[in-house]
Amino acid sequence: MRKFIPAAAAAFTVALALVPVLLLGLWSLARAWYWPALLPREWGLRAWAYVLSPSAEVLTALATSVGIASAVTLLAVAVALPASRALALRDFRGKRALLFALLLPVLAPPLASAMGAHALFLRYGLADTVLGVVLVHLVPAVPYATLMLAGSFANFDADYEAQARTLGARPAAVWRHVTLPLIAPGLAVAAAFAFLISWSQYLITLLIGGGRVLTLPLTLVAFQRGGDEAITAALSLVFLAPTLVVFAVVARFIKE
Amino acid sequence: MNRFQISNLKLKILLSLAPALLVIGGLFAGGLLLALAQSLGYFAPAGEQAFTLTHYRALVSDGEFLASLRLTLLLATAAAALSAAAGLALAVALRDLARRSAAINALLQVPLAVPHLAMAVALINVIAPSGLLARLAYGAGLISVPADFPALVNDRYGIGIILAYVLKETPFIALMTLAALARVGDEYEQAARTLGASAWQRLRHVTLPLAAPAAVSASLVVFAFIFGAFEVPFILGRPYPAMLSVVAQRRYLSTDLADRPGAVAVAVIIALVTALLVWAYLRLARALVGVERPTIF
Repeated sequence: MRKFIPAAAAAFTVALALVPVLLLGLWSLARAWYWPALLPREWGLRAWAYVLSPSAEVLTALATSVGIASAVTLLAVAVALPASRALALRDFRGKRALLFALLLPVLAPPLASAMGAHALFLRYGLADTVLGVVLVHLVPAVPYATLMLAGSFANFDADYEAQARTLGARPAAVWRHVTLPLIAPGLAVAAAFAFLISWSQYLITLLIGGGRVLTLPLTLVAFQRGGDEAITAALSLVFLAPTLVVFAVVARFIKE
Repeated sequence: MNRFQISNLKLKILLSLAPALLVIGGLFAGGLLLALAQSLGYFAPAGEQAFTLTHYRALVSDGEFLASLRLTLLLATAAAALSAAAGLALAVALRDLARRSAAINALLQVPLAVPHLAMAVALINVIAPSGLLARLAYGAGLISVPADFPALVNDRYGIGIILAYVLKETPFIALMTLAALARVGDEYEQAARTLGASAWQRLRHVTLPLAAPAAVSASLVVFAFIFGAFEVPFILGRPYPAMLSVVAQRRYLSTDLADRPGAVAVAVIIALVTALLVWAYLRLARALVGVERPTIF
């Protein structure tokens, strides 16, 4: 019993991590998988051929998603860097309120604020545009990146920078050779999560993009509603792939 | 420091916070305020603008809204409670292994990285009437046609929705609980062992009381998240009654622009409830677990 329970818990953990991906893989390669067969009767690459064909507009959606998520990542990290440093190393009035304000969009899908922003975006021509979508993706991405970076700044000793300055290093050199190496793992994790946050947004992209900015999750839902299981599964895997890659990179960074 | 240096420092802090404040204050808080204004009758896309509580008053007697609210509360409670129990059990069971094995820690984090949309799609293939579970049931001779399999997708009780969230959030709660257990260490268990406590007594009176607060406060986050969640109920839920975010989205995108302020009112209610829950979580986390800033991953 004492050995069985941890083993069962470990098996559950492994299954939870791997079964969804394996199942999606099976479905994406099934040409015919009719009731009540436990495995596909015929295999084929139809779904993958469709997903990767230039005419299917999946590649366009993929490019849009990558572009938006990259822009959000760059902006979120640039905004988060100075803010997280101040949050971790300084004391100031309203710090707790700011932490609360940062946690809110992280823990709650920012639907109401996106609706409010939409009213404004409609007036200034930002509705239905990629720029508008990037801006609303910043609402959850910036707090995330800030909170994660604040974590790595919490163990940061600013005296190293002071020493480098005393030794005559210019600000750029201090940043390049002292600050950056110290926070690099945290920076990588924050950037990775900012990317994933933007990558997996559905509702606020639909709202602000008005269905005209087509990202991967929007395409995925369209196929799911259309009922083509093989293509939906292949698209889900394309949707999942960067999250798993980013996750693997982050896991390695954290270990180091 | 003299006065000049202090005000200089203040300016520096303000400048480093400024871009983040612009996003949080401008886009997020500004967006919320505009949403509130819209739900109170301003910026109406159709008709005249004036302060009114009509859109909120209408919700009180709105059958669809009330059914949706009831469903949302029920599903969020069930999913949060089940994931808290499962996550707590998983953390306690994996504790020794997690200390030794980096692989288990990594695997535990994989479901956190899987987007809800992908999880919902994968789950459909398992629990649909012709899904993997139904085929296994057929193989075991329990059912003969897909229609015999109990409805778990788009079903009356939202079982598919609950299941999707339990699968996504159990590892999250387990990780938060493991982190809390790592902070306390195992001196208490060893002291109990020295005093002659059995394995069960140590679990019941030492380990669980140490682990439970983290699981409970994390489940509050899960509740807040599910309360405002969209993708999973959109894919796995029924059109009526739907969860609150689905109702808000449907009304907002309705062709009748007059529906829009009412839709925003629903979104504002979701935001208010979530904000209250996050505030409660922070207080609880401080009081029970003793952490100032919660680690999210």
